[in-house]
Amino acid sequence: MKSLQGTWAIGRTTFTELVRMKVFYFLLIFALLIIGGSAFVAKFSFQEQFQMLKDISLGAMSVFTSLLAIMATANFLPKDIEDRTIYTILAKPVPRFSYLFGKLVGIFLLLTLAIILMAGLFLAVLWIQERGVLAETRAQLAGGSAEDLALALKEVAASTFNANLIPGIAIILVKSALLAAMTLFLSAFASSGLFTILMAVAIYFIGHLQATAREYLLAGGDIHWWSRVLTAVVALIFPDLQAFNFVDDVIAGVAVPTGLFLQTAALGGLYVAVYFSLAAMLFAGREL
Amino acid sequence: MIARRIAAAALLAAFGALIIPFQTRLAAEAKAAGFRTTAINLDLRERIGQMGFLAALSGFRSPLAAFLWIEAHTAWESTEWGRMAGLFNTVTTLQPRSILYWDMAAWHMAWNASVAAMQDEKQPSEALRIRAQRQYFNLGKDFLERGIRNNPDRHQLYLQLGVMLRDKFEDHCAAAKAFLKAAEFPGAPPYCRRFAGYEMAKCAGHEREAYEFLKALYLQGEKQRLPTLVNLLRDMEKKLDIPAAERLNDN
Repeated sequence: MKSLQGTWAIGRTTFTELVRMKVFYFLLIFALLIIGGSAFVAKFSFQEQFQMLKDISLGAMSVFTSLLAIMATANFLPKDIEDRTIYTILAKPVPRFSYLFGKLVGIFLLLTLAIILMAGLFLAVLWIQERGVLAETRAQLAGGSAEDLALALKEVAASTFNANLIPGIAIILVKSALLAAMTLFLSAFASSGLFTILMAVAIYFIGHLQATAREYLLAGGDIHWWSRVLTAVVALIFPDLQAFNFVDDVIAGVAVPTGLFLQTAALGGLYVAVYFSLAAMLFAGREL
Repeated sequence: MIARRIAAAALLAAFGALIIPFQTRLAAEAKAAGFRTTAINLDLRERIGQMGFLAALSGFRSPLAAFLWIEAHTAWESTEWGRMAGLFNTVTTLQPRSILYWDMAAWHMAWNASVAAMQDEKQPSEALRIRAQRQYFNLGKDFLERGIRNNPDRHQLYLQLGVMLRDKFEDHCAAAKAFLKAAEFPGAPPYCRRFAGYEMAKCAGHEREAYEFLKALYLQGEKQRLPTLVNLLRDMEKKLDIPAAERLNDN
């Protein structure tokens, strides 16, 4: 119980520290991007406007949360060592495991808040635009039949909010949590924050190819031994980040089956648990 | 520490090996649900360049498609039809499940580019202008047909194919089939069935079938009894010499 309290205290402090580092300034850029973007696409049809607003907003959400997860996690360990705060914390009866877990909890809190704020902003802009288009449609079809008006309004509503956006956004959060845990694992043995960031970014790109490597490996066929070894390394060591890309297809109107959503979230949770356990194992033996 | 690192790498690989069947099953389920259908291959790499390809691989397919769509819009404003067709191909490859992109690409080709080709003052030969126009019609139809292959579970592109076959190809039999197919989907607008009936009536050899179809729609109630449908039924009654007792009432 005491260990849990300690972990929670570290988590809260990490979250407060990150907020004080003014990381939420990126929200201003996000707001500019979606509000500016929606003004820019005003000359398109309403379907195109909504499609582009979703494309840009959800893409930006994915980029910002991924970057935030990597940057925030990569820096805390080198910073704590440099500031010597780590010695003060670990001198108390706080296990290294709790320290790391607390830090990760703090980062998860930050990521959750960031995604809630971005999703709120995005949905607000989408709602305002939808209101505008609905009012315009009502005015244009004022003299027409009720059936035509109902059909037109239904079409507008169908192009804007789609309940599948919510699981799509939730999976962005799961993916960012995975990236944070993976970066924590890297920083547990890395000598500098820069190395951790570079490695995490490289893994981010390779992780999106893991599924291709896995399919290539499982398909067998007549390939060179070194090619087989290389694809096996990619398939076994790297996470399958492509599995967490729901939003691209959700925007296009594809529905997310509950089973698929839950299994993908579970996969993310499993990755987080494994990366965290490995990070704790390495950190336990690290000389500080 | 080195021993721990080796152990961590070995554990990570073991976890990777253990999770492969789950990942494979999940990927198959995602594909079955309509996710991850984009063909990211060398052809796409050539079309979108290295940076674009990297973005597509890194999970930014939809923003990339949006940017290319804006570029296509700019090409439209400067009437660069060929460039537009190329960009539309790339956008639809990146987002094959987006109905909007297939629909708009087809519309631009069959309606806008084809008209521009027919009015091309640089081309004195009418035969060549007509040929170019037909090529754009076919390009538009090709977008819709490819869109349908990628989205066989949605009605919108069948409906648009019906409109294109009716208005641009004047192939009423094929248009009727497309409208009927659209009407089969739950949530399809009620006019799909009426449109199918109107086109069937123009399809040589199917007049009787069309009459029965439209009559059945008429009997469904007031909502289907639009002036076009009623007038068409009256014309067909005369043409098909329907007995007076079976004809629509005059009032």
